[in-house]
Order: sequence, then structure tokens, then C-alpha cells
Amino acid sequence: MSDKSETFDRLSVFKTYKLYVGGKFPRSESGRVYEVSDSKGQWLANAPQASRKDARDAVVAARKAFGAWSGATAYNRGQILYRIAEMLEGRRDQFVREVADAEGLSKSKAAGVVDATIDRWVWYAGWTDKIAQVIGGGNPVAGPFFNLSTPEPTGVVAVLAPQESSFLGLVSVVAPVIATGNTAVVVASEKSPLPALSLGEVLATSDLPGGVVNVLSGRTAEIAAPLAAHQDVNAIDLAGADEVLAKELEIAAADNLKRVLRPQPVDNWTGTPGIDRMTAFLETKTVWHPTGSLGASGSSY
Amino acid sequence: MAFEYAPAPESRAIVDIAPSYGLFIDGEFAEAADGKVFKTVSPSTEEVLSEVAQAGAEDVDRAVRAARKAFEKWSALPGSERAKYLFRIARIIQERSRELAVLETLDNGKPIKETRDADLPLVAAHFFYYAGWADKLDHAGFGPNPRPLGVAGQVIPWNFPLLMLAWKIAPALATGNTVVLKPAETTPLSALFFADICRQAGLPKGVVNILPGYGDAGAALVAHPDVNKVAFTGSTAVGKEIARTVAGTRKKLTLELGGKGANIVFDDAPIDQAVEGIVTGIFFNQGQVCCAGSRLLVQESVHDELLDSLKRRLSTLRLGDPLDKNTDIGAINSAEQLARITALADQGEAEGAERWSPACELPSSGYWFAPTLFTNVTQAHTIARDEIFGPVLSVLTFRTPDEAVAKANNTPYGLSAGIWTEKGSRILAVANKLRAGVIWSNTFNKFDPTSPFGGYKESGFGREGGRHGLEAYLDV
Repeated sequence: MSDKSETFDRLSVFKTYKLYVGGKFPRSESGRVYEVSDSKGQWLANAPQASRKDARDAVVAARKAFGAWSGATAYNRGQILYRIAEMLEGRRDQFVREVADAEGLSKSKAAGVVDATIDRWVWYAGWTDKIAQVIGGGNPVAGPFFNLSTPEPTGVVAVLAPQESSFLGLVSVVAPVIATGNTAVVVASEKSPLPALSLGEVLATSDLPGGVVNVLSGRTAEIAAPLAAHQDVNAIDLAGADEVLAKELEIAAADNLKRVLRPQPVDNWTGTPGIDRMTAFLETKTVWHPTGSLGASGSSY
Repeated sequence: MAFEYAPAPESRAIVDIAPSYGLFIDGEFAEAADGKVFKTVSPSTEEVLSEVAQAGAEDVDRAVRAARKAFEKWSALPGSERAKYLFRIARIIQERSRELAVLETLDNGKPIKETRDADLPLVAAHFFYYAGWADKLDHAGFGPNPRPLGVAGQVIPWNFPLLMLAWKIAPALATGNTVVLKPAETTPLSALFFADICRQAGLPKGVVNILPGYGDAGAALVAHPDVNKVAFTGSTAVGKEIARTVAGTRKKLTLELGGKGANIVFDDAPIDQAVEGIVTGIFFNQGQVCCAGSRLLVQESVHDELLDSLKRRLSTLRLGDPLDKNTDIGAINSAEQLARITALADQGEAEGAERWSPACELPSSGYWFAPTLFTNVTQAHTIARDEIFGPVLSVLTFRTPDEAVAKANNTPYGLSAGIWTEKGSRILAVANKLRAGVIWSNTFNKFDPTSPFGGYKESGFGREGGRHGLEAYLDV
């Protein structure tokens, strides 16, 4: 290594982070970006600053994807969610680095977070074909009827990802929404959006149909307002909204009676999730049919 | 020749309506703080039945405080004890069901046939069903030892006054909550009779509070800072207002709102049974049902045949004295509701739909509307989009199952739908695609306490009935 020209450090290739909408990676239509720094204030990257138009495009993509995704078999959805875990595992080192930078964690702590996040996808992968049995079922009606209640996805769900937990928190709110057949428009953590944007790249290569999850980054309040007011959004998870914003969005959501999941304080996302985040975005459909009856006058079937 | 029906009126002697009633707060009947009263009339005769205290904000506050005080002991009772109170209530309702059926018919205007055979048996059944849950909540699927929320503010409509009370109060008490309930201003009496049932059952004071009143009392109840749970059944517009009111609070909310149910008849459906189902779907309770099958979607190939049968069947419906046991169609609940139905039906005609009613003599006093159907209706017509909440059926046609599904789902509502076909796979395929909370196939307007009921989309959220109905009253 005597040649002086070879002593220069290699210049790394920066990554241009992009939104993930409809299975594609667009820049914000507004052309805006904003600076994302690590916990010490060091510049990490420029993230796209999505606009209300980006939010609307994402809703269109999510609606378009809803029919096929909600109509897919629960087994198939489980396979795809598990595939996401597989793909994440393969890119584990990248996410450890990104989470460490985003949240100011040591490498080992960040590794713990990423492992928990991968395990979370696996957990929800196993739920897709069980939730209906746990919360649905036959009802013993007092009459000659067969009557069955089954859960069905609510539709397009706007998800404001938690602000502090940029990856585990994000996946903890997105996975339950899509496990049950909803499609999602996700607003990443405003300060730490990079793990979310990288997750888009994983989703794109995981057999997840385009549009099922759409990831937007930018100013949470700016993107959330049109989502909460959107007439073709069926539900909103306010996890990433502060108290003032959450109230404002809940009022807007009343316009078409969106299902609203209010922000709940979560100190530690590593705990085993219950089923609440799934049931919050499920409807119950009850179907009746006569069974025919054997009355005094004989058979009526 | 046709035989005439002889009058067969149920006796009203069985029910003793007092000339005036108070608010029921903390186990006592009391006047409203500002002394206001209102009259409740019989919709079939416009006779004043009684004068009822009208709750205001101050009364709401007093009732919520009573409920809060009672909550501590009531929620601490072993579930098995709460269960026994609810079983008692169910039994007393059964014992007094004839009296309550007559009362409900008088105050609401619906036929005695329906209060006697539908409302009251279901009311008792709801209390029975939820009584059994009170000591089994650990096994309901919400984790061990799920906790009640506290004070439930409940606002109910006038179309099924006592049944809606049962849907609200039974699960609330079973789970250990206490309640403040506001019945509708046109039908306060059965709720006040229920207060007496609470007394007979020995229910602790303050566990159930009944506040007859108008919308302002309901709004005050919903907005009260010490109410932990709000349950509302009524119009979508009011439901949205309530959702805005509770925004940013920790109040849990369930809403059962309007609907514009599609009743889909395929060409292979048994026509006679479908016709019965269509009649049940829209003319039950004078069509004043949120899940009414108010949009009939008929496959084009059987449209004419079905309409002929339907018109023939409608001509046999008997409209008149609700207390007559042979009456099928009773009175509309109020002058206000009659005006709304009339205006919407007139608009249907003005927009070009073809109106038809059977020959039908309307009584000279009271609020009446003949069973009406509209043909040549398109999806753009107001009568195909707006909830009419009256005995008015809009008939549309379709050619393919996909078109039927698309038309059925083309509404902001998503409460109910009906499917009529002999083909099982078609029932299941169409039921899967319909965005509605309750789907009746080859039947319509069936209800049962074990069975979750509630809407998709703008028909509200949450479910009442069944195991699902517990969730609204538990901290889960």
C-alpha cells in the first residue's frame, strides 16, 4: 500500500430515501425534503416531506389494494407476513445501524430492538388464520336459524406511527392492521423516519401486494389532517399524535365515522401485544339463514 | 266474497298510566330541577297519555352523581349477585309483559302484535342472556378479570323504546357499570315503567337512572365529564355530533346509527317467501327500523312477477288501531316523523319514481302513512340514498350478482342486507362481498340477544348483543 493515491478513504454512496406508495418508490410530489439527524444532531439523510397530495395518492393505492388483500386467504396473508420477517432477517445489520442512529441506541440495544421487531412480524403472521376463530363464531339463537359472526377488515386504515419507537413501534402498529386484511397508509415517525422508509424496501420484496402498506414521511400533523378528513379512509390509529393533534384529528374523523384508536401511552413496545390492535380495525358481520324446522305439522325443509 | 275481520282490540285496562311521572334518579322519582314537563301522546289517537318531567343539564348532573356513587358498590358486587338482579329483572319483565306490550303500543303506535310477539320477548331475553354473563366475564375472551368502565350515559330512540333500553342496560349492568339513560321524548313511558321494575327487583339505588327529555338532555349527558361510556342509537347526523363531542376524551363510544339496507332478490328465489321477507323487511314497525330493507334490489327477469305478488300481498295488510290484534301496520310515531316521511315520499315522486300504495283508509286522527312502494327508482334518487325511516320501499333492478353487490354497497351506510336465492354458494359469495354488519339470507329482520348487531361505515361502530356486546362496557 505504498501508492499514495490508494490512501484516500472510499467515498460512501448516500442513499436517497423515498416514499413507498402503491408498491413504488416516489419522491414527494411536492419536491420537498427535510433533514433527518441522529440523536446527536449529526445529519443522516434527507427524507421526503410528503404533502396532502401524497397522502391522497396513498389512500387511492390503499383502496385499490384492499379488495385483493382482504379477499386473500388468511393462510396466504400469514405466509406473506412471515416472508416479511424473513426478508428483515436478511437485512438485519442495516436495520440495526439505522435504529441505532435513529434512536441513539448502542449497537447491542438496537440489535435487540430489531430482533424484537422481526419476531413481531412472526407473531402476527401466526394470527392471520386464528383471529376469526378467537373472536367470531356461531351464535346459539333461539329460533330455527343458523347464524354466524365473522370478523372482517374495516378497510383503509391511516396509521400514525409512534414518534419515539421508530421501528419496533412502527411495526407493532402496522402489522396488526394488515394481518387482518386491512390496507394501511402509514405516517412514519417525524423525527426518525428512516427505518420506516427502509421497511418499504423490505415490503416491496416480500410478496406483499403493492398498496397494502404505504409509507409516508414528513410532518405528522400536515399529513395526518387530510387523512383524518378523507372520506375514503375507514379508520385511523392516532398512536403518533400528541394530545392536541389527536383531538383535532378525532373530530375530523367523525365526519365519516372513522374508527378511531386513540393514542395510549406505551413505555415499552417489547411486551407481548394483545389482540386489541387487531380488533380495533375489524368489523363483525353476522349472517343468518333459516335451518328449517320440524314442527308439529312435520318437516318444513 | 271476503270475510271481514271483526275488531279484536287488546284491553288497555291492564295498564295503569299515571297522569304524571318524574325523573328517576337515585331510586326516587323527582321533578326536574327547573320544573319543566312535557306531554307524551298516543300516536294513533293523539290522546295525551301522561305528563312527564323533562330533564335538563342540572338533572343530568344529579343523575350522573347518583350513578357514580352507586358504581362503587355495584361494581364491587360478586358477578353472581349482579347476575341474580338481572335474572330477577328478566322474570319481572316476563310477568308484566302483557302490561308492557299494551303500554308500548299506546305510547309508540306500533301494533300490539309486534310489541307482544317481538319487542317484549326480546326484552326479557336480553336480560336473561346478559344476566348469565355477569359471573362469567373472566371467560369472555377479554382477559382475566375485565373491569367495568364506570358510569354509562345512554341515549336511545323511539322506534323500539323498551328493547333499546334492554340492549343498553342489560350488558352495562352485567359488566358492573351503572347507567343514566335518556329515552326519546315521544316514548318515555316504558322506561319509566322499567324504573318500577328496578324497584320491584330491589336493584340498589342509583344503579339505573332514567331521564326523560329532549336532545339537549342527551347532549348534556354525552358531554358530562364524569360519564365514562357513551352509547347511542339514533340518527347518523346526531351520531357524528356525539363523536365530535367525545373526541379527545377518554370516554368509550359505541354508535348504532342509520341504514339503507338492500334486500336482494335473485331470480331463483322462492317468490312467495321473498315477498314475505320484503314485507317484514320494510313494513315491520312501520319501516321505522334502522336495519329496514328499504332498498329492494330485484333481478330484472323476475321484476314484474315479483312486483305483482308484492302488490297483491300489500293489499292484504291491515292498517289501523294498533291495539287491534289483527293490525299489521300501526301509526307513525310522531307528527314530526310523519312530516319527514311525507316530504321524502313526495320528493321521490317529484324526482320521477312511480308511486304505488294499496287502497287504504287512514284513520282520521293520529299519524298515519299508507304502505308505499316506488318503482323506476335509480341509485341517484333521494329515496334510494336517504334513510326514510318509514313504510316506504324503493325498488331497483339488477342483472348480475356483481351488479347487485355494487348497488347494495353504493351507500355510506352499512348496517343490514338481505339475500334471497335458492343457491347456497351464491348466498355465501354475496354475503362475503356485502359491506354490512347483519346479513339475513332467505329471512329478514331477525334479532336475538346472542347475536351481535351493528354497522359498517356510517352506520356506526361497536356491536350490541352476544359476547361482542360486552366489549363496549369493559375496560379492554
